[in-house]
Amino acid sequence: MKITREELEHVAHLARLNLNEEELTRMTGQLDNILAYVAKLDELDTTGIAPTTHAFSLVNAFREDQVSPSLSQTEALVNGPKQNGEYFVVPRII
Amino acid sequence: MNPYELTVGQAADLLAAKKLSSRELVQSCLDRIEQVEPQVKAFLNIQPDQALVQADAADVRLAEGGAGSLCGVPVSIKDLICTQGTATTCGSRMLENFVPPYDATVISSLKAEGAVLIGKVAMDEFAMGSTTENCAFQTPDNPWKSGYVCGGSSGGSAASVAALECPASLGSDTGGSIRQPASLCGVVGLKPTYGRVSRYGLVAFASSLDQIGPLTRDVHDCALMMNVISGYDRLDSTSVQRDVPDYTAALREGLAGMTIGLPREYFGSGLDPEVEQATMRGVDVLKAAGAKVVDVSLPHTDYCLAVYYLIAPAEASSNLARYDGVSYGLRDLEADSLLDMYKKTRSKGFADEVKRRILIGTYALSSGYYDAYYKKASQVRTLILEDFKQVFTQCDLLISPVVPTPAWKIGEKTDDPLALYLSDVLTTPANLAGIPGISVPGGLTASGLPVGIQLQGPHFAEDRLLYAAYNLEKGLALNTVWPKL
Repeated sequence: MKITREELEHVAHLARLNLNEEELTRMTGQLDNILAYVAKLDELDTTGIAPTTHAFSLVNAFREDQVSPSLSQTEALVNGPKQNGEYFVVPRII
Repeated sequence: MNPYELTVGQAADLLAAKKLSSRELVQSCLDRIEQVEPQVKAFLNIQPDQALVQADAADVRLAEGGAGSLCGVPVSIKDLICTQGTATTCGSRMLENFVPPYDATVISSLKAEGAVLIGKVAMDEFAMGSTTENCAFQTPDNPWKSGYVCGGSSGGSAASVAALECPASLGSDTGGSIRQPASLCGVVGLKPTYGRVSRYGLVAFASSLDQIGPLTRDVHDCALMMNVISGYDRLDSTSVQRDVPDYTAALREGLAGMTIGLPREYFGSGLDPEVEQATMRGVDVLKAAGAKVVDVSLPHTDYCLAVYYLIAPAEASSNLARYDGVSYGLRDLEADSLLDMYKKTRSKGFADEVKRRILIGTYALSSGYYDAYYKKASQVRTLILEDFKQVFTQCDLLISPVVPTPAWKIGEKTDDPLALYLSDVLTTPANLAGIPGISVPGGLTASGLPVGIQLQGPHFAEDRLLYAAYNLEKGLALNTVWPKL
């Protein structure tokens, strides 16, 4: 499967990245090489094989829902690039 | 002997016997760092004042008695493990000014044992890379040979330990990022079983693959570090509730009764002859120690890299979605809409390799391609796990090379991402299967570059791994020679 420049532009939008012309050209080629390499998985018949998402499966790790100490509002906001002491401030949405 | 030359074990013994103070040891390491750092460039952030305060506190605890096992010993930390009050950059412009308001669980564990945090070390941006050339700030030099890569992504960890700047470091391994730089820098590096060590406070790359582990100068030190960082953590629901043995108790000579598998797929084309010879010397050592060595096969080895380079970017594309400029990290302040802010922030904050992997991952997870790429890779991952399950019915451990070649020159492979990915071919299987793997120094090539030997074992067989690694180290008897700097 070859990735087209248009597809890459779409994927970049999904990933919230801007790519300039030079990056689009270069990355299309590089992604093509990588996708050509991973296509070797098509050699294997995986019909009926269950996918693995975690190598060491645990059942749900439940615990009691108890209140315990956590970060204060000030601490949680301290790394905010723009904040007003109560909230993170972002460009106007509506 | 200068204090900075001591291993963790040697230093801890001298500190406990009051023959050395933590202040002397930490000052000696700080002097060493000042002396060699202009060449090695392992540290992104050195904390001399803070380290000396911690050293003095350790000396008080040592004087009072009952101090922890690492009390007074300096440790460097890969810069993606959160340290309260100290910047944690992940080697990225995105997090250049991020100062975590909390400690990772492994940091709390080190502090509880009295370890001194001497500084944060360089890494590939968000742990994506095999040479630390993707670090936004600096690329460490291989302490054994100037101009050569130190490996990655935990390159600063390996370089700082090999250059005798500190006796131990914590790194992280998603596809070989502890074992590969350990191999290229001639130090011991262990990737524990998935779930053995808490990931709380480890900045996530690929959550089903990431593990924190130690880099040290010998196997005994690796066991000492594992004693401290292993165990269940209620803050990481993927950590496993299972007793932690005393890993140093497993270290004794003689391997009678152990069967070691030699997986033939790990000795394929592209393997440097000197790397192969080093591994075979390791095989001879294990045999001489009483182990039986058998040929085994892991038939899906050849597919591991392809599976890895779909699953890791897919998970990364999701994990790195959090860097949106809202609550921490970089923000482009000129953007006039929310979407524009997301895009400008991310395009400015991430460099090429991170963008590339986010794009591959997003593509592999996107509508229409999910089944062909992500699901297919997850199914092949099942076959890879089955290979390991099957092979560990025939042998107790596996021996192989870690990296197909010794270190290469800085800049040599930067234009071809795929060529660089291929250097991870022998380390990604352990991450996909969640099993532990260790790189043990296997000597130097004719041109003076270190070569590692890899041992892999079943889930939670770290004690067995360390036991065999200890015998490998004793039999090869190399660990007294360190690079001249």
